[in-house]
Amino acid sequence: MKTGTALAVAIALATVALVVIGTLWPVSTAVAFAGGRTLERNSSSPQAAVENLANDIRAQAWGNAYTSLANKAEFTQAEFVQDLRGVHPSLRTYATVQSFEVEPLRAAQDQAEMRLRLHWSTVVGTFVTTRDLKLVKTGDHWSVDWPLVKEPQVPPQVIPVNYLRWDVIYPGPGDSWGAQEVEAPHVRIIDMHPVQRAEGVVVLGELLNEDVVPAYVSVKATLLSKSGARIASEDSFDKIAHTLLPKQVTPFLINFPDAQLSDVGSIRMDPVSALVSAAADPVIEIEDQKLTPAPDASLIGQLVNQGGQAVDIAHVLGTFYDKSGQVVWVADRYVDRALLPKTPVAFDIHIPEDLARKISSERAIVATYSSGGFS
Amino acid sequence: MKRRSAALLALLALAAPFAWAQGSRMTLPKTIEAGTAFSIQTSGTGKATLYIVGLGGALKRDIQLGEQVLFPTGVLYDAGQYLALLNQGPVTDTESFDVVPATQPAHLSFLAKPSRLPVGLHQGISGAVYVFDAYRNLITAPITVSFDLSNRPGISQQRTIVTRNGVAWTEMDSSAQAGTDEFVARAGQVSSKRVIEQVPGDPCGLKMTAQPAGKMLEVQTEAVRDCSGNAVPDGTIVTFTENYGGAQSTADVPLKHGIAQVEMPVHNGATISVASGVVLGNEIRWR
Repeated sequence: MKTGTALAVAIALATVALVVIGTLWPVSTAVAFAGGRTLERNSSSPQAAVENLANDIRAQAWGNAYTSLANKAEFTQAEFVQDLRGVHPSLRTYATVQSFEVEPLRAAQDQAEMRLRLHWSTVVGTFVTTRDLKLVKTGDHWSVDWPLVKEPQVPPQVIPVNYLRWDVIYPGPGDSWGAQEVEAPHVRIIDMHPVQRAEGVVVLGELLNEDVVPAYVSVKATLLSKSGARIASEDSFDKIAHTLLPKQVTPFLINFPDAQLSDVGSIRMDPVSALVSAAADPVIEIEDQKLTPAPDASLIGQLVNQGGQAVDIAHVLGTFYDKSGQVVWVADRYVDRALLPKTPVAFDIHIPEDLARKISSERAIVATYSSGGFS
Repeated sequence: MKRRSAALLALLALAAPFAWAQGSRMTLPKTIEAGTAFSIQTSGTGKATLYIVGLGGALKRDIQLGEQVLFPTGVLYDAGQYLALLNQGPVTDTESFDVVPATQPAHLSFLAKPSRLPVGLHQGISGAVYVFDAYRNLITAPITVSFDLSNRPGISQQRTIVTRNGVAWTEMDSSAQAGTDEFVARAGQVSSKRVIEQVPGDPCGLKMTAQPAGKMLEVQTEAVRDCSGNAVPDGTIVTFTENYGGAQSTADVPLKHGIAQVEMPVHNGATISVASGVVLGNEIRWR
């Protein structure tokens, strides 16, 4: 009993001591995350100046970041924030800086150039933005000349849109047994192909909405062993365009981490479709799609919103085929900028290097999401 | 209530063998149409209790033996086998009888599948009808059911089927013309209607043209129709692909007013192709 009391008193005393130590001499990282500036050093070097700026951006201390800039007279704080977070709601608006890298490019007596890579975190993954910054020395400290990129403004105009939309009326709760149900959209898997990757088995394919109504789709796959036993079940999650208009085709990719293709006897595919209210607009054109070779193999291109309404988030899905036309890979990328009418926005989709050599052609589609729903 | 009825039934059933030797003091019809009035004639003297026990519950009447016990309309309406038990002291008489569904159909449960299908599909539409009386009893006696599938121009397919065990079913073809058809099942004076949407099939002979529009190229399909000549519905996606110098531009464009139209960048020597779903259209080489 006495031992227990003594232990409790010791733990209480140790806790109080640690709280006092943490308050008086806090760890600089903790202070930075709490909104303080202790992580920041004197901007006595270009590296320190860029790191200070990046820390302010990470802490969303926009006032501090803006004040530290050498060329702040050229733009307002609001324009600076819009450069980083976007004017229109987009993936950037909801992103936070997770980490950053600073790389020196060149340095002179009172001028320097540094590369800042900001790693942003979002609910759909991470993305990186890179800025080459010029720094100027004023007195004994360095300041960043921020290369402001203004989002293009769409000139005032009227863009006619023949808005096409489908709505669904479902049976009411009072309808009796035998009352008619609205038929679910007919969808069909037109291609399916399992591949073995280092991280596991990947099932790739394409799904067609062969109906005349929009469909909300998903694909579930179950790996079965040679004896017919179930190994694992997974679905396509966001590696698919979930809303398919009539006769539209989407690729899908299903990951089975740690599975071995040699253990698989067969694969059961379950395409799922449901009626969904949807709109046919906006039309997104994908211009100048090019496959860039390894290393850093990727599909690059530009998205052009042909409609009149800004698209908040665009999700580009690329299907890659070999010479025989078989799907060899499916990859995707969320675009962090809003798609303004008639304004091209660049995208790139990374392709695994070992597959890049097999790819002969590709097809890209875009799923769009706007405030108030998806289309 | 049901538990009490069951207990009572069990008790009376145990006592019943003692009564067989005395002969029944009840006269009642062997079958009664659901919901109709009926009576049970009793014989003997003194007071007794009459129980009518079925799957759904039990009725109890205190009666005077020798009198006729009347049950008005709507008292017994669930089809099935019933037991009449007449209890007087230690003696119980038992008679069984059936409540059968009414012969007149009052409700139809009409299952028509699918609600939407492409045109020109042989036996693509199925209809099944369950015929019920006014008390929702399945009428198991043969009933003639007529099926009529008709479209707006007045073209119709008809079938007449006699129910077996309460069910009649048929299959019909979807017509060559797209539209909303009415599928009607009729038995006696009652009918039930379903809507069958017959939709165009895949695009057929997909063709596009291209013309310069300022710095862009305007590509546009001709009116898109299926192989039966039905207009493919608006919203159907048409994919335009332009290949030029190792790059390509694509656009998934929905049909509007029967055509798909989009502006694409102009590239001399570009090849432009059009497709919808798995159907390929023509190809254009731009100058």
